[in-house]
Order: sequence, then C-alpha cells, then structure tokens
Amino acid sequence: MLSYILRRVLYAVPIIIGVNVITALLFFYVNTPENMARKILGEKNVTPSAIENWKQDHGYNLPPFLNVKEKGLSVVTQTIFFQKAVPLLWFDFGRSDRNNIDIGSEIKTRMWPSLAISLPMFTAGVFIDLFFAMLLAYYRGTRFDISAVVFCVMMMSVSTLFYIIGGQYFLGKLLKLFPISGFDTGVHSAKFLILPVVVGVISGAGVGIRFYRTVFLEEVSKDYVRTARAKGLSEGKVLFKHALKNAMIPVLTNVVVSIPFLFYGSLIMETFFSIPGLGNFTIDAIQSQDFAIVRSMVYLGSILYIIGLILTDISYTLVDPRVIFE
Amino acid sequence: MPVILATDIMVFLIIGLVVYFFIGARSDGPLRAVWLSLKKNRLAAISFAVLLVYAGLALMDSIRWRDIVVSPASNGAVVGSKFASYNAEALSLLDRVFINMRTETEKTYSAPFDDKLFAKETIELPDGKRVRDYPPLKYKGRHWLGTDKVGGDVFFAALKGARTAVIIGTGATVVIIPFAILFGVIAGYYGGVADDIIQYLYTTLASIPGVLLIVAFMLLFGTEGYQGGLISEGMVWAKVFVPNDRLFWLCLILGITSWTDLCRLIRAETLKLREMEYVQAAKAFGAGRLKIIYRHIVPNLAHLVLITFVLQFSSLVLAEAILSYIGIGVGPRMGSWGNMINTARLELSREPVVWWNLLAAFAFMFGLVLPANIFADAVRDALDPRLRNR
Repeated sequence: MLSYILRRVLYAVPIIIGVNVITALLFFYVNTPENMARKILGEKNVTPSAIENWKQDHGYNLPPFLNVKEKGLSVVTQTIFFQKAVPLLWFDFGRSDRNNIDIGSEIKTRMWPSLAISLPMFTAGVFIDLFFAMLLAYYRGTRFDISAVVFCVMMMSVSTLFYIIGGQYFLGKLLKLFPISGFDTGVHSAKFLILPVVVGVISGAGVGIRFYRTVFLEEVSKDYVRTARAKGLSEGKVLFKHALKNAMIPVLTNVVVSIPFLFYGSLIMETFFSIPGLGNFTIDAIQSQDFAIVRSMVYLGSILYIIGLILTDISYTLVDPRVIFE
Repeated sequence: MPVILATDIMVFLIIGLVVYFFIGARSDGPLRAVWLSLKKNRLAAISFAVLLVYAGLALMDSIRWRDIVVSPASNGAVVGSKFASYNAEALSLLDRVFINMRTETEKTYSAPFDDKLFAKETIELPDGKRVRDYPPLKYKGRHWLGTDKVGGDVFFAALKGARTAVIIGTGATVVIIPFAILFGVIAGYYGGVADDIIQYLYTTLASIPGVLLIVAFMLLFGTEGYQGGLISEGMVWAKVFVPNDRLFWLCLILGITSWTDLCRLIRAETLKLREMEYVQAAKAFGAGRLKIIYRHIVPNLAHLVLITFVLQFSSLVLAEAILSYIGIGVGPRMGSWGNMINTARLELSREPVVWWNLLAAFAFMFGLVLPANIFADAVRDALDPRLRNR
C-alpha cells in the first residue's frame, strides 16, 4: 500500500514539471517580459529605459530558458525559467508584478474564506444530490421519476450566472433574507455564507442528481441486486444496503477529486458575493493583468487537481477490497 | 464586397459537417441509429428543429458584406474599383433582414411593448408648457423585448447573440477533432513511445484547470484581433479575409482544454478496434498501416466524435457566458448573451428594475441549451447501447 502511494506520487512529478514548463512557455516565451512591462507601465509613452528598469526590478532581465552568455551551470540557472518557475516546485510563489505583494502569504490568508464558502457548498451539494438521486432510483420509471429527470435537464440548461443573479435578487433584495454579498470572520460569517451556499447547491443540483441517479440505476440492474431481491429482501433494503455501498465507488471518484480544489474556491461565486478568497484574487489579477499572480494560480490549481487524482486512487483501495495494486 | 471572418469559415465548415453527418445518418451507415431514434423520439426531433433555427440564425449572421461608399470625386458614379471605397461596417444578412430593428433606436431604456420611455424627461407640450413626464417612444410597439440603455432593440441584440453561442458551442469541438483523432489513433494504434508521449501530453494538459488555462491564453492572444464593430483596413487580408478574430482564439483554447477527453476516448477505442477480426484480416491481406487506419479505424470512431460534439455543445455555450463575465470572452462589441447578462446584472439594482435584458438573454440561452441537452441525450442513447436503458 505504502509503496503504491509512493509510486503514485512519483508518477505525478513529471506531470508537475510539465505543467510548470507549459505555464512558463505561455508566460515567458509567448508573452515576452517586454509585453508585460508595457502593459503594466501603460501602453503609451513608455521609454525603452523604463521598460529595462521594470524588467531589472522584477527579475525579467534574463533570457527565458537558456543563458548562453554564462558558463557552466549558470547557463540554466541564470534564466527567467529557473528564477521564476522552478521555485514554484517548492511553493515559492514570488512577488506580484503590479503591487509587489508576496503571493505565497496572500494565498495562505485567502484560502480560508474560499474554504469557508466552498466546503459547506460542496458537502451540502453532495448530500442533497445523493438523497434525491436515491429517491428517484427508488421510484424509477414512475411518472415522478420521469418528470424529475425532465426538471433536472431544465435546471442544467440554465447558466450559473442566472442562479446567482436570481438568488441575489429574490432572496437578497426582495425578501431581504440574507445580505446580498460580503464577508466576515468567525461566527459572523454565517449570515453571509448562507446565500452563496444555497445558490451553489441549487445551481449544481441538476447535473448532480442526474449523474448520481445514473450511477444508482446502473448498479440496480446488476446481478447481485437481482439475487438480493430473489432472497426476498425489501426494495428499500436492496437499494440502501446493497446497491448504495457499491454505488459509492463511482461517487467517490467524483467527490474525492474535487476536495483539494475546495481551497481554491470558485471564481464566479466569490466575485459575485465579494468573498475575499483565492477565486476573487485570481479575477482581480486577471483584470489588472498581473501575470505573476495568474501564473501562480494556474500552477496552484494544477497541483490541487493532481493531489485530487492521487487521493482518488488511494481512496479506491480503501473502499473497494477488490482493487489491489501491486 | 464580402468580408469573411475566421469564424465565418468555421460556421460554413460546421454547417457542411452537419449536412454531411445528416446524409451519413440517413443512408446505411453506423450513424443510422441516430436517424432512426430521431424518427421515434418526437421530443428529440423537435429539439433538432430548434437547433436548426439557431444554426440558421448563425449562418445568416455569418454572411456579411461591406457596402460601397461613393466617394465625392467620382461625381456619384460608381465606376470600377478606382473610386470605390467600402463602408467600415460589414453588415451581415441578419442585420439586413432585421434592418428596421437595427436602425429604429430609442433614446434609452423602454419596457417591452411600452409606448413611452423608461426615464422621465422635460417635454414641451404643443401649447408651450413644460412638464416632466415619460416621453413617448419614436417607434411604438416595435420593440418586442424593450430597448437597452442606449435605446437599441433587445430582441435584435439577443438574435445577434445566437452566432456567438453557436460558434462557441460547435467551433471549439470542431477545431480540435482532427488533432484528437490524429493523436488518439497514433497513441492507440502504434503504442510504445508514441503512446507514452501522447498520454503524458494530455495528462499534463488535463491537470491545468480549464478556466485558468483559458484565462492565461486569452490574456496573451485575445487582446488584439477583431472583436465586433467596425473593420479597419489593417485587419483585412486581400480586402476580404479577417484572420485575427478573437472569437476564433476563444474557440481554439476552449478546444484545447476539452481536447483531452476526446483523445482519451479515441485512444481506448482504437486499442479495441486494432484487435478486431476485420483489422486483422486487412493486415493479413497485406494492407498498409495508413490504409488500415484510414479505411478501417477512423470511420469507426465517428460515433465517439458525434457524441462528444453534441454532449459538449451545451456546456460550451454556458461557459461562454461565464467567460464574458470574467472579461475574457468575446469583445464587448460582439453580440453575446454573456455580455447581455453582464450589463443586465447592474440594471437589476436600478429602481424600478430593468428586467427585460436579463429575461431576453435567459430565454434565448435556455431556448438553445435545453434542446441541445435533449438532443445530445437522444444521440448518446442511440449510439451508445450501454446507456440505452436509462
């Protein structure tokens, strides 16, 4: 087991390096430091010396990948790639291009508000989706099931933006149940979090319920379920005791992979509800064209995704005794 | 003088592909199951018809030409190309058909079917008295869904959004289909090092969160290029073709982020097909590798491509709205429902509420995505027997 985990982690290393190279290519090669300086200093009336100065100050005055002027190991180390992208491997994010803030410490403080909104949203979402999916699987083929599936498809066809805007308008502005947006720390944050959580759960329900229902139905049509029924077990027992356990395996893939990503929050939710999390941070960076932050966030997101995949594989071995990796 | 954007070519290509698939589905091919299920499933058939209407709108909005502006030097006569210069605005067929809606603009907001403006103004009555009241509209009862902030017709704006949505929904997949097939087949058929490299490539790409990759790409490529509105001479190649089209870049990057799933599917299917008896037989007869791939493997991947194509459509259309909201979607002058939602968001906090912009975007989007979802389900059920019992 331990050797399997180790191997799985080692397997992720080339992928992490690959992600690093791709982002570096995009940000240092396709988009030259020249361009960045121009965008940050303002498009017009920039003197070449101002650009040089900016590059000097922010460490962009090196060649992107290979420095032919240097000798020995410095050919590789005295480059933008080595100075800027390689430290990401040990989570040294450096400083932002525009305000010169420390990106690493910003990430550390901002991930908690992100988690505060995405964790309840995610857990409530999964449980509610699973509950309704089981209900539909229990009543499969009936008029209730069919109309509910139709309703799910309709819910899937509405953009998240409408759920957010609608939620803010009806629940926040008209009924005045919750504040429309904002954030606070500790216990006081609760009143700000309810609305985004409700909106998030509703907007994901269509896809979620339909997906889990399919998973349950696939399980219900298997042989062991027929055997359980033939044994004379009640439909409820068959469904909730036998089928549910086995259906958990595909459900796990869907759930575990997103857990690390919860730290990241959601770009859209956080901007609409003014939550000072990582999603909001990213959007701000996009709008002010701060490439150092965007690059760090792309990298961070990839790492979280890869961690999610590893966790998924490990959780398989825990829930399904048949899965044995040598 | 016609003007062809990079995305216009995509629209023509897509319409061509759809017609090709349609003919393929009617005749006796592997896609016949789709045709048969459409015949049986009335809801899916209706959905398909609705999709065709949207496709028609997109096509109409993709055929555009610039009018000749008569220069004063020619004394009003249009002779040859010597004196002829062209209007900077390339109006599409859709603009020309609905020319009334385009030109009949009001001063500012007005509610659907209303006969007066939304904001009070000082009006001078015929007897010289001045009162503050809602001024009457110039074009009463013509604006079915009201007008927006600058008095433009909302219904027309929503119609213009159809092209963007259809292009994003289909273009992103179409752009990457050749690459997905190429890499998937190479990885699946040849195996070995090629397989390892290609798998590594798509696993790495898939690890970068889609939205962030799109953001990075659009920040770098999308800032220049045609974003709707007037056409400057510098953008046009050979007086006809506009290659640098922001919408095209958006399709490309959306395609790159969704490429990995299709490639993985194709690789797995090729692995399976490679061992089929008919491929073995072809090999035994001495057919070359390329011929086997071309004649026996690629045609049998068509159903995967079609399933991916229709399944991704709705999520791509929804993604467009979100990207436009973040500010990395299509340009602000390009008609799009994402842009409409973005402006409508602030209008909801006005007092009294301006709701019709949002409603129009909602209705048009829902009217496209719902049939797309229903049709996609029908196609998948028809082509993927494993899921048919749902």
